[in-house]
Amino acid sequence: MTGVASVIAARKAAGSGALIGYLPAGFPDLRTSIEAAVAIAENGVDVIELGLPYSDPVMDGSVIQAATLQALNAGFRIRDGLDAVAEITSRVNVPVLVMTYWNPVVQYGVDRFADELLAAGGAGLITPDLIPDEARDWLAASERTGLDRVFLAAPSSTDARLAQAVASSRGFVYAVSTMGITGARSDVDSAAKTLVARLRAVGATSTCVGLGISTPEQVREVLQYADGAIVGSALVKALSDGGVPAVAATAARLATGCTLS
Amino acid sequence: MALRDEQGPYFGEYGGRFVPESLIAALDELDAAYRAAKVDPTFQAELAELHATYTGRPSIITEVPRFAEHAGGARVILKREDLNHTGSHKINNVLGQALLAKRLGKTRLIAETGAGQHGVATATAAALFGMECVVYMGEVDTERQALNVARMRLLGSEVIPVTAGSRTLKDAINEALRDWVANVDSTHYLLGTVAGPHPFPVMVRDFHKIIGEEARQQVLDLTGRLPDAVTACVGGGSNAMGIFHAFLDDPEVALFGYEAAGEGAETPRHAATITKGRPGVLHGARSYMLQNEDGQTVESHSISAGLDYPGVGPEHAWLADIGRARYLPVTDDEAMSAMRLLARTEGIIPAIESAHALAGTLELGRVLGPDSVILVNLSGRGDKDMETAGKYFDILDTAALTADHVDDGARGDTA
Repeated sequence: MTGVASVIAARKAAGSGALIGYLPAGFPDLRTSIEAAVAIAENGVDVIELGLPYSDPVMDGSVIQAATLQALNAGFRIRDGLDAVAEITSRVNVPVLVMTYWNPVVQYGVDRFADELLAAGGAGLITPDLIPDEARDWLAASERTGLDRVFLAAPSSTDARLAQAVASSRGFVYAVSTMGITGARSDVDSAAKTLVARLRAVGATSTCVGLGISTPEQVREVLQYADGAIVGSALVKALSDGGVPAVAATAARLATGCTLS
Repeated sequence: MALRDEQGPYFGEYGGRFVPESLIAALDELDAAYRAAKVDPTFQAELAELHATYTGRPSIITEVPRFAEHAGGARVILKREDLNHTGSHKINNVLGQALLAKRLGKTRLIAETGAGQHGVATATAAALFGMECVVYMGEVDTERQALNVARMRLLGSEVIPVTAGSRTLKDAINEALRDWVANVDSTHYLLGTVAGPHPFPVMVRDFHKIIGEEARQQVLDLTGRLPDAVTACVGGGSNAMGIFHAFLDDPEVALFGYEAAGEGAETPRHAATITKGRPGVLHGARSYMLQNEDGQTVESHSISAGLDYPGVGPEHAWLADIGRARYLPVTDDEAMSAMRLLARTEGIIPAIESAHALAGTLELGRVLGPDSVILVNLSGRGDKDMETAGKYFDILDTAALTADHVDDGARGDTA
């Protein structure tokens, strides 16, 4: 079992489940993004999902779009993201998965990126616009390096595609809670629960739910049926509004959703 | 296998589906529906009837001898897609996809648009079929193409200015993809070019290949032989694929795609994707694209909003690599000169997009010589470009313009 999967399993065994927190590298600047990632790890986040800003983020809503665009306009480079992974993993004992759209990895070189991510202490990749069918190079590089690879599963996916996502993923499978993009929502879609059950039926042992989760109550609700809850926009908004202290407080509040009630 | 038989999802190393998993079911559904429709005589008859009674097909060809005097005396023949309803080739694809959407039980169409031509065509089809329609258009483009915004609204569509990213066509595509992910049950994304995830590149090409099929026969009837060369402008590449396709397996026919070189392919301000870009993944497919070292998409620039796109369809990328078609850059100034030349020698005002193909043809004719025959896809008419052309040539009545129009507009008569 890899680091990410064992962290999630340990949290599950303790009775609740894992909290996965997303923040983009380079927002509001590289230094602050590193401090923010360390802060959420120190305040109850079990796995960090570090996003690499990209010019055309089709899976992201307005909050994350604005943050990543600001990072790019300030000169963010892919190399900076790898440096951030190295510093975060040297300071906190929390696995760091990199969330990235596919073209930056292609241009960096899939093997080179995998090697440098491994050297930086990274745990693997979450790839929102790469389906297993197109992932031959990444499957090979992740086999070679032992890095985790997290593919997405959607409510609209057929059972055959869910089985493929489960078989191809390592660390966890990212269950998309709703047909939509990132961003806080008042309710977590009931489709999420059905999707997690369908994933388990085709063999998933580690399933985390993302999209639209922004409160401790929603975290608690999701962890009743899933192994982990992924929060993104709510953390990014807190960082944007109140800096590192605010994002740390938000993480701590979200983590109360992981305690047994 | 004949080159015409390529059906995707890959063209060599290009194409594929680089999209969120949430869209795969919709793409599979669309692919299945399209493959069924392709062999369904009822669908084909319905589309043919629409083209005959609504689009105005077949479009004619026009030989342009006075223009050709400037092209080394080659025989130059225009395929008149500018005479289609809504003023460009875009309607061919829009009617096909709208019919498919109806078959799939979708009640809502969404589209991206740059110049507004594809948005207008989609709004037209939505009105014709009684469907809801939302068009995403970069805020920069809604400002420079205000009349097309008004046309879409008059046709009953909602136009949403996109304020994300660079606020141009590429961001409008991103926003349409986001809408589609969230509304895929009710909504068909009517993508307007031969790019995007499979099956769009193949399907859009097939809805446009009627251009080349008609023109091939029309040129044979007129001249008794095939043309020596076929030319078209290339942004995303739909009109070029449409006219090239019928000729792919005629090795004696050379194919030339003209990309927008903006202020020059050697400057940073151009949209010459194959000439200056390199392979990458953008908007769901692997193809050539304009990007920086990190794989971040770079903004393109062209006087023609319809060619102002940093990507290109994957089949063009493949045709370029295997050498079946050549892709060459044409600057803003060259295109504008060709636009005026055709207007003054033949009484036809082309779209600035199509003027890129005309400019390339002037050069090509001088190389091929007076015995040659060149078929040009005149993909659209220039009415929509009158404000741009009026400013460029300084032929607008300046008293009728606001002060800021005059300030950013008068570039002088450079030809």
